[in-house]
Amino acid sequence: MHNSSLTKFLFVVPALFAFIMVMVVPFFFGLYYSMTDWNGVSETISFVGLIHFFKVFTEPGFLYSFLITGAFTLINVVLVNVVGFILALVVTSNLRLRNFYRAGFFAPYLVGGIVLGYIWQFLFNNALPTFGKIVGLEALEVSFLSRSDNVIWAMSTVNVWQYAGYIMLIFIAAIQSVPASLMEAAKVDGAGYFRRTFRILIPMMANAFTISLFLTLTTSFKQYDMNLTLTNGGPAARFFDEPVKASQLLAMNIFDTARANQMAEAQAKAVILFVALVIVSLLQVWVSKSKEVEQ
Amino acid sequence: MTKRKFHLGRFVAEIVVLVLLLIFLIPFFLVVVNSAKTSKDILFDTLGWPANWNQLGTNIGLIFGNHTVHYAAAFFDSVVITVLSLAVIVLFSAMCAWALVRTHAAWATIVFFLFVAAMVIPFQVLMFPLVRWMRILGEFIHVPTLQSLQGVVFAYMGFGAPLSIFIFHGFIKNIPYELEESAKIDGASEAGTFFRIVFPLLQSIIITVLILNGIWIWNDYLLPLLLLGSNGAVQTLPIAVTAFAGAYLKQWDLILTSTLIAMVPVIVLYLFAQRYIIKGMIDGAIK
Repeated sequence: MHNSSLTKFLFVVPALFAFIMVMVVPFFFGLYYSMTDWNGVSETISFVGLIHFFKVFTEPGFLYSFLITGAFTLINVVLVNVVGFILALVVTSNLRLRNFYRAGFFAPYLVGGIVLGYIWQFLFNNALPTFGKIVGLEALEVSFLSRSDNVIWAMSTVNVWQYAGYIMLIFIAAIQSVPASLMEAAKVDGAGYFRRTFRILIPMMANAFTISLFLTLTTSFKQYDMNLTLTNGGPAARFFDEPVKASQLLAMNIFDTARANQMAEAQAKAVILFVALVIVSLLQVWVSKSKEVEQ
Repeated sequence: MTKRKFHLGRFVAEIVVLVLLLIFLIPFFLVVVNSAKTSKDILFDTLGWPANWNQLGTNIGLIFGNHTVHYAAAFFDSVVITVLSLAVIVLFSAMCAWALVRTHAAWATIVFFLFVAAMVIPFQVLMFPLVRWMRILGEFIHVPTLQSLQGVVFAYMGFGAPLSIFIFHGFIKNIPYELEESAKIDGASEAGTFFRIVFPLLQSIIITVLILNGIWIWNDYLLPLLLLGSNGAVQTLPIAVTAFAGAYLKQWDLILTSTLIAMVPVIVLYLFAQRYIIKGMIDGAIK
């Protein structure tokens, strides 16, 4: 080997080694463990085939988690992007304090899901009911976190609050890359504000939407931290006459399964999460990209 | 007349957005205000102004003086873990990305593709096998990898590598090769060329990598929880906050103050480096 290519090879080694040790090896072990009777206690692990993959789909708790994770993701993908886009329009306008607004709307993203969950638990359980009592709004007096049919919306509210500012930043960069002359020309031609936004601005920044949709989709689908500290899965609900946890997202279902020493089942569920995530995000990128080409 | 109307419209818009932002930031406001109250005051006067701001100092004292949760130690460990992880991620990812860009061989393409493909893997599918594998690895090399600082930093280096290498790779591709060539003609070694010529040119993109990874590592919960345990020798702030909330159920004076302490370093950093953080986030998202 030439001396300079040896140096380059040695430069690759540290990062590649760490990457293989913590991602590649556990990934293949994970695929294998999902087809075993691993329980985290017994040292011997034997191969059992695909039974967990069939069994988990007959488990109401898992099916329910899968469904509400889908609903949670859908709500977030729509709301985070709509709110993020509106915020981006606001802070790229000619308002005087636009940089201040931009910094403010982004701030929640810096605070981690664990901390945000507790803060919003306090808001939903204490601050909002108190506010409801003061202004006489009975609808607010019962915490949204204790209503099984509303709790997903409460979680989405927190999610939108956290991520809208981040998505806003992506849109700002896209809006600024649209040539001002193009928008001016449309204005001269008599196109109104909304027409310019929907017919020129949005199509011109299709690439940014591909990225932002992908980011909101994957982060919502994998959500755990905020779920844990905001609701910890509660309140109780019923699904096909079986008791389930109303706000237990997929990632929490996986973690709780592992806690019950059903490691192999938890691993099978994680593999399902992985496959679903890959399929959905590939579909999304494919659809977005085909829309981009149309322009 | 039209001109005045236009200005009036802009003034109204300014006020509306300002009010919206203030509503948006109410959660932060309520955390600060209620961190300066006693548990009783929080329950009976949630939205009111604190009776005595000195209570904030008392609450912070209670958090740091607590014997069940070692908050100060967790704070210190969080800082050490974040700083060390960022250092190894930046150094080794930049080295790796540069070598991959400047190597025109099949293996370099395959390795780069492997890093990019790994970015879609969710942590959930790796976490349980990771713990078992790290234990086996630690026993094999006789270095503790679980409940230890080096184990977590090593894991962050591996998990941080794909995105960081991807970002560095895109940036290094656009650095003209002539710069390195002339250094080599002057007799610089490969390593010397990288550290003296290329690495200094990476400054702006290093900030992006630092910010993206820094926000993630500082706030991360599952990885440290699994590798360090919920009450091991090494702790991080998110774990300490959950330990607090678990031990002092519904004692919002303590829980809110502990979240406030966890947020303050990030917010203070944000106030000073806001321009870089926002620029770094935008650059990182587009790449």
